[in-house]
Amino acid sequence: MAKAIAKPMTIGLIINPVAGLGGRVGLKGSDGIDIQRRARELGGQGRGVERTISTLNSLSTASDVEILTCQGTMGEDAVKTAGLNANVVFPISPYRQPTPSDTMAAARWMVEQGVSLIVFAGGDGTARNLLDAVGDQVPVLGIPAGVKVQSAVFAISPKAAGELLSRFIQGSIRCQSSEVMDLDEEELRQQRVSARLYGYLQTPVDRCLTQGAKTRSNTSDHASALAIAEEMAGAMCPDTLYLIGPGMTTAALKEKLRIDGSLIGVDLVCNGRLIAKDVSEREILSAIDAHRGPVRLLITCIGGQGFLLGRGNPQVSPEVLNRIGFGRITVLATTSKLTALHGKPLLVDTGSSHVDRMLSGYIPVITGYRERQVYKVSDSLL
Amino acid sequence: MNYSDTDIRKHRHTDGKPNLRRFHQARWDEPVVMELSAEGERGILIPEAEQAVRDAAANVYDTLPSSMRRKNAPALPEIAQNRVLRHYLRLSQENLGADLQVDIGQGTCTMKYNPKINDQLAYSPKMAELHPLQDESTVQGILEVMHEFEKIIKAISGMDKASFQPRGGSAAIYANAAVIKKYHDAQGNTHKDEIITTMLSHPSDAACAKLFGFKIITLYPDDDGYPDIEALKAAVSERTAGLMITNPEDTGIFNPRIQEFVDIVHEVGGLCAYDQANANGLLGITRARDAGFDLCQFNLHKTFSTPHNSGGPAVGVQAVTKELVPYLPGPLVENDNGRYYLNDDLPHGIGKVAAFYGAASVVLRAYAWVMNLGAEGLKEVAEIAVLNNNYLMGEVLKIKGSSAPWAKGKRRIEQVRYSWEELHRDTGIHSEQLGLRMADYGLHYWTSHHPYLLPEPATFEPTESYSITDMDEYVRTLKAVTEEAYSNPAIVRSAPHNCPIHKIRHDNFDDPERWAVTWRAYCRKHADSSNG
Repeated sequence: MAKAIAKPMTIGLIINPVAGLGGRVGLKGSDGIDIQRRARELGGQGRGVERTISTLNSLSTASDVEILTCQGTMGEDAVKTAGLNANVVFPISPYRQPTPSDTMAAARWMVEQGVSLIVFAGGDGTARNLLDAVGDQVPVLGIPAGVKVQSAVFAISPKAAGELLSRFIQGSIRCQSSEVMDLDEEELRQQRVSARLYGYLQTPVDRCLTQGAKTRSNTSDHASALAIAEEMAGAMCPDTLYLIGPGMTTAALKEKLRIDGSLIGVDLVCNGRLIAKDVSEREILSAIDAHRGPVRLLITCIGGQGFLLGRGNPQVSPEVLNRIGFGRITVLATTSKLTALHGKPLLVDTGSSHVDRMLSGYIPVITGYRERQVYKVSDSLL
Repeated sequence: MNYSDTDIRKHRHTDGKPNLRRFHQARWDEPVVMELSAEGERGILIPEAEQAVRDAAANVYDTLPSSMRRKNAPALPEIAQNRVLRHYLRLSQENLGADLQVDIGQGTCTMKYNPKINDQLAYSPKMAELHPLQDESTVQGILEVMHEFEKIIKAISGMDKASFQPRGGSAAIYANAAVIKKYHDAQGNTHKDEIITTMLSHPSDAACAKLFGFKIITLYPDDDGYPDIEALKAAVSERTAGLMITNPEDTGIFNPRIQEFVDIVHEVGGLCAYDQANANGLLGITRARDAGFDLCQFNLHKTFSTPHNSGGPAVGVQAVTKELVPYLPGPLVENDNGRYYLNDDLPHGIGKVAAFYGAASVVLRAYAWVMNLGAEGLKEVAEIAVLNNNYLMGEVLKIKGSSAPWAKGKRRIEQVRYSWEELHRDTGIHSEQLGLRMADYGLHYWTSHHPYLLPEPATFEPTESYSITDMDEYVRTLKAVTEEAYSNPAIVRSAPHNCPIHKIRHDNFDDPERWAVTWRAYCRKHADSSNG
């Protein structure tokens, strides 16, 4: 609980402007200078600034708060666009791309300045920078902007982050230890999608507004995933182009179809054959253009969080979804994955509020052989 | 209750409520009964038949076809009577059975008190020595009991006909699914291949329907904890063969829109089956037929006070509207001018779901129980079950870390699914661990069916049988255990401390290398560990 103090509360704000850069172009992340260069060449764009503006615009109380942020794209620009004042600014060289050491230096400086909370926009990589720099010295809140967003420190959407921040400022929310996770590359090389736990940050938590950490699939889930694959494989139609999204549940389908697909990318499949592996948004769009039959999307949700779209599969962009058609999405998920959401809806946060709205409602989820569950989908806009 | 300073009982109470029990369960290193076998040992020596009898009967083995004769004697344990008695008494001391403790922790199971006099009736030679192959003219009494009890079931459900053939709740649900299938087959509705159920209905509703080739569509609860009616609208189609649903579900929340559910499914030509497993709070108050249901089932071992036998003799009564009577499992008990008979002439019926005509002794117990109560008494059962449950809920919700998710501020019917999510967040203690610690005080505690839809669930159902003192004892113990979770979590985490079996490793159940459901498999898989 935030302490009642006489002087205005100070909040730190750090934006990783390159977060999300590698997403739609199919690079699974934006960590490292080389990846960032390749992402730009492929037409990728960072989402940190735009997502932060959305958070700041939805703040219900901004008057009693002092904002400490970084120069330029790492914070100041977004604060000004949102019509707020950045009271103190940490200098960042405008002549080079910001790096993780900038994030960590800024975070340490904010702790020294006595901020009550650091808000950051980024993904799991940025969350790990915060963990290394501040640990549990101050609470931290993530605006989801990266490609990998598996940690529990993030709000479910930029607007939800705004709501959480407002409630933190009012002192009406409590903080608790939340997992900082990142994709375990070791496991990935073993063909398993698994998040590794790096540590804990203190985060303001609300069951409906914070996303929770991605949970790992277990062995009995694999048996259920095989049953789902059996059902889905039998329901696949000829001459239909299938976009099959990432995850262990869809991997079981690829296993059933004997396709050497990608574990964390999107694959294109038609008539039981792999057309293209691990494709970018652009490649998906041109494949849809070239295909003369129906197109369907097969995706799973992220365990523990419930995200269907907008996390981990940014290649499936709003434009891709518009082209496929909203009725042509099939969700595959195990019952234990759905029940572990404890009643929270499946979430979509594609970046287009129109698309998110169109996706909201009830969706049949294939949960086993001859088994479906009707589950609620919600746009994560509160 | 308040006791004066001179009252001999006062040391057993604090602030008018029962104290925590000082309990320790017996521990016996009792082997499996097969291990007790000693060659040649006998429980009873049957005297040789007299010569005249032997001459008259000749060799009875010759009357059996050779294909049906055993080549080797069955591998049964050979044990004297007193050793058998000791064996089972010892095992019984290592249990927390319904007759031993305040059994309100096994929610959804309706663990009410089963009057022993009804057992005595069932054990009396008049009942126990009947044989299902006897001629009808010699069993008119029990047929009359079944016929009379069918009238009672019809009055309680509003349905037109009932069958006692199914041997338990899931068997009756199986029969419900079979009737739905048979009905649609008869109508030529070959396209109807989907059954809708809910996440908080008994898992048997989905499982049994699947056995008939139906595809299963499961609905989740909405924000109020009711089955989501919008999800139903999204799920229902021309392919809907039926709805199989419990109400109230295991949350104890009564779905006030149940009739709308039925109407929506009827509109597309589906049948609606009411799983009445949770009927104990509804007897004499609501009826399946009045909400438009086509068929339903009651569990005599729950609602009608016959013993839970964990797979032993039980009855699930299946009741249907007259349109579905032709599809019932047979035989049905009929009355022709005062003569009772078994009607097996059901050419369109689903056939038998068990041998003969059901467990007659269980029907007798249920009939005796209802006749003792009368119609008003039966309604009072429901009222007291609901009153008890809401008293208990009020007390449980005073405990730090507890909650009753959904339907905030509303009363529940006969049970409540609680959540210890907050306690878990505060202490790291899981609901199962609270249950194991409860066993240290001699009380049983259950969580929920898997997978858990609610975090850290617990389900309590006090029924009408338990007194306010019983419930206070349960709650006081629960409160003490949760206080330990906050103050000394290690003792809860390492529980139970006063029970003979520490913890059961559930992963053994899933491992074909280790599970053993027969003595032979046990010997093969565990020979090394038992020698060592």
